[in-house]
Amino acid sequence: MAEHQQNFDFQKNVVAALNDPQLRANFDFAMGSMILKRKAVFTDEIETEQLRAVGNAIRQRALRKLPELLERLERKCTENGIHVHWAETTGEANRIVLEIMQSHNATRMVKGKSMVSEEMHLNRFLEEHNFEVMETDLGEFIIQLAGETPSHIIVPAIHKNKDQISRLFHEKIPGAPYTEKVEELNALARKTLRDKFYEGDVGLSGVNMAVAETGTLCLVENEGNGRMCTTVPPVHIAVMGLEKVVEKLSDVPPLLRLLTGSATGQLITTYFNMITSPRKPGEKDGPKEIHLILLDNGRSRILAEPQLRQTLQCIRCGTCLNHCPVYTRIGGHAYGFVYPGPIGEILTPQIEGLHRTGVLATASSLCDACGEVCPVKIPIPELIRRMRDENYDLTGVVPGHGHKWNLPEVLVWKGWELVNRVPLLNLLSMKMAGLFGKYLPRIGPLKAWTSVRTRPRFAKKSLHEQVQMEGVEYE
Amino acid sequence: MSDTARDRIFDRLRKAVPPAAKEFPSPELPPKTPLNHEEKVEKLKRLMEAVRSEVHVVPAATWTDELKTVLRKRNLKTLLYAPETYVGKAVTKAWQEDREGLPSLTLYEGEIETFKETLFYRTDAAITTTRGAIADPGTLILWPDETEPRLMSLIPPIHIAVLEAGRIYNTFDEAMQAGQWISGMPTNAVLISGPSKTADIELTLAFGVHGPRELIVFVLE
Repeated sequence: MAEHQQNFDFQKNVVAALNDPQLRANFDFAMGSMILKRKAVFTDEIETEQLRAVGNAIRQRALRKLPELLERLERKCTENGIHVHWAETTGEANRIVLEIMQSHNATRMVKGKSMVSEEMHLNRFLEEHNFEVMETDLGEFIIQLAGETPSHIIVPAIHKNKDQISRLFHEKIPGAPYTEKVEELNALARKTLRDKFYEGDVGLSGVNMAVAETGTLCLVENEGNGRMCTTVPPVHIAVMGLEKVVEKLSDVPPLLRLLTGSATGQLITTYFNMITSPRKPGEKDGPKEIHLILLDNGRSRILAEPQLRQTLQCIRCGTCLNHCPVYTRIGGHAYGFVYPGPIGEILTPQIEGLHRTGVLATASSLCDACGEVCPVKIPIPELIRRMRDENYDLTGVVPGHGHKWNLPEVLVWKGWELVNRVPLLNLLSMKMAGLFGKYLPRIGPLKAWTSVRTRPRFAKKSLHEQVQMEGVEYE
Repeated sequence: MSDTARDRIFDRLRKAVPPAAKEFPSPELPPKTPLNHEEKVEKLKRLMEAVRSEVHVVPAATWTDELKTVLRKRNLKTLLYAPETYVGKAVTKAWQEDREGLPSLTLYEGEIETFKETLFYRTDAAITTTRGAIADPGTLILWPDETEPRLMSLIPPIHIAVLEAGRIYNTFDEAMQAGQWISGMPTNAVLISGPSKTADIELTLAFGVHGPRELIVFVLE
């Protein structure tokens, strides 16, 4: 991932992805079925809209009261016996994890799926410090074996097909026979990981939402690996973006329905795991210690600006990825950073800075599919346009704003403005376009445009002139 | 104290969203017509079966007979149970009467640290109570405790859950209100709708990836 980021070349990634027929077929198939699955859950349009409005209100309220809710969450968790840590940066969060591992002489970590831990590049960090880190979500396990990063927020190994996974398991899991049966591949993972759960010293998980009112951490999953990671090892570390808090227990059911319906087209997942305290005296299992690490990493800055704040409403369901015509064609890796697709186009630039990642905002046709399906109604296309504006805006607020500001472009637009405001210039430019227009697109930056499009043919006379000649018939 | 990561984060957060006097709009979902008892049982059964749970609706008086039938078909060696619960008591009694072809009953002995090997590698099934269920979206509610630890419903390949039909709620909200969750959440509350599953390989649904391969529910009428 770091290598990705150092030489991030979006254009190159896109071209490579588009020229990979296997990858395109995998995504085309998967996104198509995910869209249908979601549709099968949200059948009643009116009801869905009501639910989205509720989800939107819950998330907006939580963000608007964020300092208060986080204080309450911290107080409640502490009362419940959960240790709460604060990290401004991913580096700090990693160090906190490291210190907890060291204080327990732990060497082996089992991990449930967590996008925040991807944001932290925690696996690489811990491996550099000679810890064993084991991803236990099947999809994450697959990409860990392959030495890759997730290509989707919900189904991280979706870019791989069964044949690729069959070969991977056969090569990388000691003693694994070659099989193309999905059931058998699952059984191989089950067997391998069972031993890892057994041996794990520390379990790490993400948090889908945390309830301030009761100090409860909620985890949504189907496999049971999340429950394993948060119950079997003696220490549980939960990492969470600080925006994931909700105010009340009663906020949970609607958000849960929106999350599972949008993410995987399920009314509810197999498990909804609500954790409120470590093992109490008399209880026979569960971790003896729970640590909650709340990560900022730019979120408090994003919160400050009302339009951008909406980015933080996200519940990481990934449905905007599934519905995005661009994501479907280029897949998650092309985006080069942890969060791909439409949400990545607005979140990544705000975290990593526009100078490196502002180009992501170009990966959209602004078709509004993402905005229409977002369960918490984030106006993603509006925010994509905001990122595009910020790229050129010297007075913007997103880090790296105005990095694309340049005099020639400013002059071109100034010229455009003049041509449209001064009648004489307008007339002159029309004439020029009619006479020389056919030569224009072949030169300069416009060449890029015409290389994939039919060159426009300018009329000899402008519409204005034609109307003057022929007159207008009023009915 | 004034310059910790926490202070700096809160400093930024408070500047970003100063306390607001006004209340926030909180749209509510229109109430749904509550289901009657039969409808709740039917809906729960249908939705849970759709995610491959095995649901038996049985008379409370004879449920252990049904349990025995289910177990005899599977030819298991061990069944982990909690003798203190009403389910445990019924099972103890039923096994005393006749244990032909049935798994032997085992206990969660000591804490996980000492019981781990038996639980992970030598336990075929576990039977637990439930705190209730939710008709929509079709899920059981478990509040594991000292007598029925958390891992009973997770590690053994088969989880048998016993539900009193009168404890099926219409919605998650209703269940939380009826159980007054707000006034004291347990160490762990978990909703379980089916056997463990995954679709991480080509979106092909497969069951029993990490948790139980089978979830068998007895709804006691």
